[in-house]
Amino acid sequence: MDGRGPGGVGGVPPTDIRNPDYFHKVVDCQWACPAHTPVPEYIRLIAAGRYSDAYMVNWKSNVFPGILGRTCDRPCEPACRRGRVEDEPVAICRLKRVAADNKDDIRHRLPAIPAVKNGKRVALVGAGPAALTVARDLMPLGYHCTVFDRDQRAGGMIRSQIPRFRLPEEVIDEEVGYITGMGVELRLGQEVRSLQAILDEGFDAVFVGTGAPRGKDLDLPGRREAAANIHVGIDWLSSVSFGHVERIGRRVIVLGGGNTAMDCCRSARRLGGDEVKVVVRSGYDEMKASPWEKEDATHEGIPILNFMVPKEFLHEGGRLTGMLFERVRAEYDERGRRSLVPTGEPDERIDCDDVLVAVGQENAFPWIERETGVEFDRWGLPKLDPVTFQATNPRVFFGGDSAFGPKNIIWAVAHGHEAAISIDRFCRGEDVAERPPPGVETSSQKMGIHEWSYDNDISADLRFRVPWAEPEKTLRSISVEVELGFDARTAFAEAQRCLNCDVQTVFTAQLCIECDACADICPVDCITFTANGPEAELRGRLNAPSVNLTQALYLSEDLKTGRVMVKDEDVCLHCGLCAERCPTGAWDMQKFLLEMTHAGHACRSH
Amino acid sequence: MTYLAKPRFHHPKLPTNALGYTRRDYEGAVSTLCAGCGHDSISAAIIQACFELDLPPHRIAKLSGIGCSSKTPTYFLGASHGFNSVHGRMPSVLTGANLANRDLVYLGVSGDGDSASIGLGQFAHSIRRAVNMLYIVENNGVYGLTKGQFSATADKGSLSKRGVANHDEPIDLASMALLLGASFVARSFSGDKEQLVPLIKAALRHKGAAFIDCISPCVAFNNHPGSTKSFDFVREHNDAVNRLDVMVERAPIETEYAPGELVEVTQHDGTVLRLRKLDATYDPRDRGAAMAYLQQQSAKGEVVTGLLFVDPEAADLHDALSTVATPLNALDDAALVPGAKALDKLNASLR
Ligand SMILES: Cc1cc2nc3c(=O)[nH]c(=O)nc-3n(C[C@H](O)[C@H](O)[C@H](O)COP(=O)(O)OP(=O)(O)OC[C@H]3O[C@@H](n4cnc5c(N)ncnc54)[C@H](O)[C@@H]3O)c2cc1C
Ligand SMILES: Cc1ncc(C[n+]2csc(CCOP(=O)(O)OP(=O)(O)O)c2C)c(N)n1
Ligand code: SF4
Ligand code: SF4
Ligand code: SF4
Ligand SMILES: [Mg+2]
Repeated sequence: MDGRGPGGVGGVPPTDIRNPDYFHKVVDCQWACPAHTPVPEYIRLIAAGRYSDAYMVNWKSNVFPGILGRTCDRPCEPACRRGRVEDEPVAICRLKRVAADNKDDIRHRLPAIPAVKNGKRVALVGAGPAALTVARDLMPLGYHCTVFDRDQRAGGMIRSQIPRFRLPEEVIDEEVGYITGMGVELRLGQEVRSLQAILDEGFDAVFVGTGAPRGKDLDLPGRREAAANIHVGIDWLSSVSFGHVERIGRRVIVLGGGNTAMDCCRSARRLGGDEVKVVVRSGYDEMKASPWEKEDATHEGIPILNFMVPKEFLHEGGRLTGMLFERVRAEYDERGRRSLVPTGEPDERIDCDDVLVAVGQENAFPWIERETGVEFDRWGLPKLDPVTFQATNPRVFFGGDSAFGPKNIIWAVAHGHEAAISIDRFCRGEDVAERPPPGVETSSQKMGIHEWSYDNDISADLRFRVPWAEPEKTLRSISVEVELGFDARTAFAEAQRCLNCDVQTVFTAQLCIECDACADICPVDCITFTANGPEAELRGRLNAPSVNLTQALYLSEDLKTGRVMVKDEDVCLHCGLCAERCPTGAWDMQKFLLEMTHAGHACRSH
Repeated sequence: MTYLAKPRFHHPKLPTNALGYTRRDYEGAVSTLCAGCGHDSISAAIIQACFELDLPPHRIAKLSGIGCSSKTPTYFLGASHGFNSVHGRMPSVLTGANLANRDLVYLGVSGDGDSASIGLGQFAHSIRRAVNMLYIVENNGVYGLTKGQFSATADKGSLSKRGVANHDEPIDLASMALLLGASFVARSFSGDKEQLVPLIKAALRHKGAAFIDCISPCVAFNNHPGSTKSFDFVREHNDAVNRLDVMVERAPIETEYAPGELVEVTQHDGTVLRLRKLDATYDPRDRGAAMAYLQQQSAKGEVVTGLLFVDPEAADLHDALSTVATPLNALDDAALVPGAKALDKLNASLR
């Protein structure tokens, strides 16, 4: 026993698997998803061809499966365990789209809206994903919800910013419609100019979901003179979305390296921009846009020029003629902080007809008066409770981009669910700080000696590519969708790549006879029987290098020999071979289904 | 058993050996033995040992007889040579193969039924002839494959699964191997890889007949109270005399030992066996003492494990026969059929 003695000194205590966080963390994708969508659960339903069921699992968690299945920032994918086992994660996002595209009519499965209301009125400012999620959670509880937006149509930036070639209008109409169809009172085309006025209307609570609606500008020489051909990216994109702009010049410069820049350049390419260039201050790898967005732009023949700082708008006779850039390189100090220093090369001139400025977004709350008691911090963001989203005026709640600055749709949805819980509790006079625990169900998957109710044969396939429409077709129109989505057969094969991380390996120490069978069969050497010890030292003694400290060790109580079973969760394939090989059933494969509790469901404090 | 092939994915940081192979490259087909069988652990230990020794899989020959234990070569070293012989006949097939090609590493895998009953004679002669091999018996005290009848290694008085006591004296294969002149004798336990893997490594690098009696519980027929080959019994009665580290080259001693605590034995090929004594009086170089100690402890119901005896300078069958250094199967026709003149000369020398 290595002289350490049974139990070890300062050993790690046995894992408390009754704490829902433990197994939740093992489901990497679900843990990483801001709305905690039960990903492997819906992926299995897709593999089984049960698209409507898969859709509803999504709809409950993230409200916009068809929209997100095309546009989500997918924090789940970098987290996916498959990416640690082989090259690439499961195409989680695009599988979601498969469920949305292939489902049947699901309208009868949406929650019933009570005919008799509960008498509480909630104002929602902004009709973006955050506010719509609040409405989706509160309407079934009998609230009267009133949504204000200055745009004529609901959807927020989903509708005004995301170009149609990435997200068709019908998909927005359908999923926004499921919520507005619940009987939400819509006051569209109506800019809210005073929070006080809303509060004075006697609403029981107000949710602010106005996003980060102001695009940053670039105040450089020539900006005013050439103004006619210099456009702020997000304003230009919404004009395109709403059909107010249909053309752009032949040569276009897009400034910026984020998502907006990528949507601007690809949109410009479709509206007459034959020569579109993206110019970025920083290097390619530091750009804020997702890797796939950069790939998509490159695929459409749009060059991305890095390390060029805009210096001046050039103009002649009141007309924009081009731009001047300073060439820089990155230098890092001892602390690893980057600065961009001029290379000393001559400035570079790029001729152009139009410039799109996509260098960032800001929050703006000119309509919220100080007297309302809503306070802001020095960055201009509201002071909020980070869990409840309640403002310093307790009747006011924030969520989405308006709460902590620009993020994305799935975060807006997650905020919306949390804010709805807060609003519901607030309106009922309950403690807003008390949060309902998640719903958790565990069920053994064992059906026979070697039979499980999930498919435990690990697929060796590599990630499948989503097919694209012909560029000749897509580049000619702003509204032809570029991605075609997986067909049923590819969707099945991609779904089979999922490792079913929610089917947990559950260990019962009392049953183990320490025969080593599980440790021997485990293809990825997760399991070790050894003396306990302090975690860092213990990790050094496991059968395979245990270097991913973000992943937990699962420890048993002391076994008969005084050793413990240690399982490193890092790269477990959830293949169930340990359980198939165990002669005593000390291992079992149990499905762990965690669903977030939304407003009004169960677990009320009284 | 399981019906699935083991997924090909392995741990992304799985180490490779000097040949660039991972341990997984030394595996075989997925086992069809009962879940939890001790034999599968021995297979895993063999895989680990061959990996650690950087053995090229195609230079190993694995041979076996009949039984669950004798089935196991299918489940390890999938890229090595294999021969599954008839019941109890592994030793003679191995001896023949070894004579034909002395350059391979020979691994004989057998069971207590295969070696202590039908194959007892073959076992004895291969040991006393000093065939250069590792002979490993996966000893579970029963005929596992034919549903759990007592084997000849079952202890007198131990109970069958149905509660019937065994009335015959047991054959202790380790003691027999000592008596028959084996130059490397060890006993181990499938449930203790820390002990077993170094023993297999040392035995594979040993020149001469190396024998390991490895107790290997049969979870289906011999792992109940009253059995002396169960996990619980062996763990409770395990009298380990030493712990072994195998070094292909001599390495500095990092841990401090009291005088007499450490024994170093250098084998014929330069491998250093570093033995940490658990029993201060036990000397693994004394054959007579080893035999006496085994007798004495077995009378007390203790199971002695560890490296029991090693003669690092042993000769093997090829030395005894003065065969040429070139494997016989690599000799050309001229060498193998020297002609009538050479025959006449030989005959004349015998007249
Ligand atoms: C070009 C671009 C592309 C993007 N692409 C993606 C993507 O692919 N995937 C992704 O996940 N996210 C994307 N995002 C981000 C995403 O759109 C937002 O994070 C998300 O929409 C925020 O939701 P929200 O509910 O907080 O507010 P928003 O969607 O911004 O909605 C706010 C609404 O409030 C209205 N409003 C604001 N002030 C007032 C007022 N005073 N009175 C009345 N109405 C008002 C606005 O008109 C707007 O409709 C993109 C953003 C941009 C700019
Ligand atoms: C000539 C011959 N006799 C009898 C048998 C039946 N038989 C098959 S395996 C076996 C005993 C195997 O026991 P052991 O070597 O201990 O292997 P285990 O299954 O226990 O690992 C016997 C008697 C046979 N196959 N061939
Ligand atoms: S393999 Fe499946 S369950 Fe596991 S993290 Fe990836 S998507 Fe989630
Ligand atoms: S399920 Fe069991 S055998 Fe399979 S990888 Fe995980 S721990 Fe190993
Ligand atoms: S296979 Fe089962 S009994 Fe054997 S060591 Fe693993 S958990 Fe324990
Ligand atoms: Mg046997």
